Amino acid sequence: MVVGAVVMLLPFGWMLSTALQTPAEVFSQPPRWLPRAPQWGNFVQATTVVPFWQGVLNTLLITLPGLIGGLFASALAAYAFARLRFPGREMLFGTLLVTLMIPAAVTMVPLFVLFRELRWIDSFRPLIVPALFGGAYAIFFLRQFFRTLPADLDEASRIDGCSYWQTFWKILLPLAHAPVATLAVFGFLAGWNEFLAPLIYLSSPERFPLQLVLAEFQSLYYTDWSLMMAGATLASLPVMALYLVAQRYVAEGIALSGIKA
Amino acid sequence: MTEKPPIRTLGPLARSEARWAYGFILAPFVGFVLFGLGPVLASALLSFYEYNLLGAPRWIGLGNFRELGGDARFHESLWNTAFFLLGIPVGMALSLLVALALNRMPGAPLLRSLYFLPAVTSIVAVSLLWTWLYNPEFGWINNVLSQLGIVGPAWLQDPLWVKPALILMGIWMGLGHSLLLYLAGLQSIPGALLEAASLDGAGVVGRFRWVVWPLLTPTTFFIVITSVIGTLQMFGQIYMMTQGGPEFASATTMYYLWETAFQWNRMGYACAMAWILGSAIIGATGAQFAVARRWVYYQE
Repeated sequence: MVVGAVVMLLPFGWMLSTALQTPAEVFSQPPRWLPRAPQWGNFVQATTVVPFWQGVLNTLLITLPGLIGGLFASALAAYAFARLRFPGREMLFGTLLVTLMIPAAVTMVPLFVLFRELRWIDSFRPLIVPALFGGAYAIFFLRQFFRTLPADLDEASRIDGCSYWQTFWKILLPLAHAPVATLAVFGFLAGWNEFLAPLIYLSSPERFPLQLVLAEFQSLYYTDWSLMMAGATLASLPVMALYLVAQRYVAEGIALSGIKA
Repeated sequence: MTEKPPIRTLGPLARSEARWAYGFILAPFVGFVLFGLGPVLASALLSFYEYNLLGAPRWIGLGNFRELGGDARFHESLWNTAFFLLGIPVGMALSLLVALALNRMPGAPLLRSLYFLPAVTSIVAVSLLWTWLYNPEFGWINNVLSQLGIVGPAWLQDPLWVKPALILMGIWMGLGHSLLLYLAGLQSIPGALLEAASLDGAGVVGRFRWVVWPLLTPTTFFIVITSVIGTLQMFGQIYMMTQGGPEFASATTMYYLWETAFQWNRMGYACAMAWILGSAIIGATGAQFAVARRWVYYQE
């Protein structure tokens, strides 16, 4: 299994090795694993020949508002579905789950037409606004969690004179920090790596998120492999680090998604 | 809200609770209508029109669907997409093997994370990396092969090899995800069941056949469902690595759909295509749920 893990990591080793080589070394035969003198400057160059940091900033500006707003909206709805009684609850929840079945392929074109009519194309709005309304998966996930909490919690809070809103905001939401963190990690990883939606909606290079900036390497520097590998390494390190730090949350989230399905 | 009338029969407290609840779930429903249901209906409608974003949409009835019937590229894209599904059983078998070996092994959490790293790497970075690995002259894969005395193919530039090459990359990318799911599934198997099976004389193979595999079927089912949905909409690596080539041999339907809509501005035609692809996705998912009863075993 250790051998298997090494095989899995070999492509990354090759990526890093190429990122540190000179152009001559990259095209040497047979290929070298270790660069003679590591070219750390390649990393600096990778961030200056394309607007790398601007891409990072754009990614954060696009991802964070939708992530925070969406998690809030999802948690609020999940609380209602898990703890409040109202006519049509199960039917409405089922309707919401149908969203999970809608393939992105089907909604892609009409959404583009809609955002074009709104004159939102080439802005961050098509990437942020839909996320603000919350997502069916997050609602499902948090509803499962809220249902595991004892009902006395809500009742005690209600007897103390808290409104439903206060019960949610002061009592239940703080208890949900672990599942919210899981969803936040997943949302951030997905946002950092998002490619198709910005490709469709953005056309001005100064608005490109990191993944579109990274894709530019291919058209602009398509033979400079060390530069491309340096860019790919830099773009991957933050999410790899986040994953390694937060892997407990990731593992739990994935495990739960599979078992409850 | 069609639920309004029954509320009148509720007491004032329950009515207030329901009003709060509707308020709390309002945002996701507005989102659902605006960005889910609405676009699905609009897509259905647009598939009967010719629309290039410039003029007004023009009704052409079943024209788009008739054109799709004779569109050789569309047929080839469907075939390519179906071919890519072949990677799913291979990747699942591999991840199950690794999970069985890693389960309850010292150092498993570390190894598990290493296997998962490709899954958190973006499709763009993975595509750049594997384009380099598959480089016919200087890439690492052909260099290793040549040291073994094998002349490697041109991979992404070879119509015969481009699909297997992308499948191999996809297995590398997806392995960690299925592995995590299988490990979670294995950990939920009660040790007492395995011991009982051992006492009844079951060996390693017997325990797997009669205890482990049946209890893992819900996990297997989940991985199949999500992998099929994902593979049927494969796009990023095609855009980055091959642009559908060579000779359209790697173009998925999702790629052809993107090209039709956003390169050629044929929105109506793209919607018709999306409906066929979407029906395939929903049909495949529904079919799997239908046969699931026969092989998926849920613990009570």
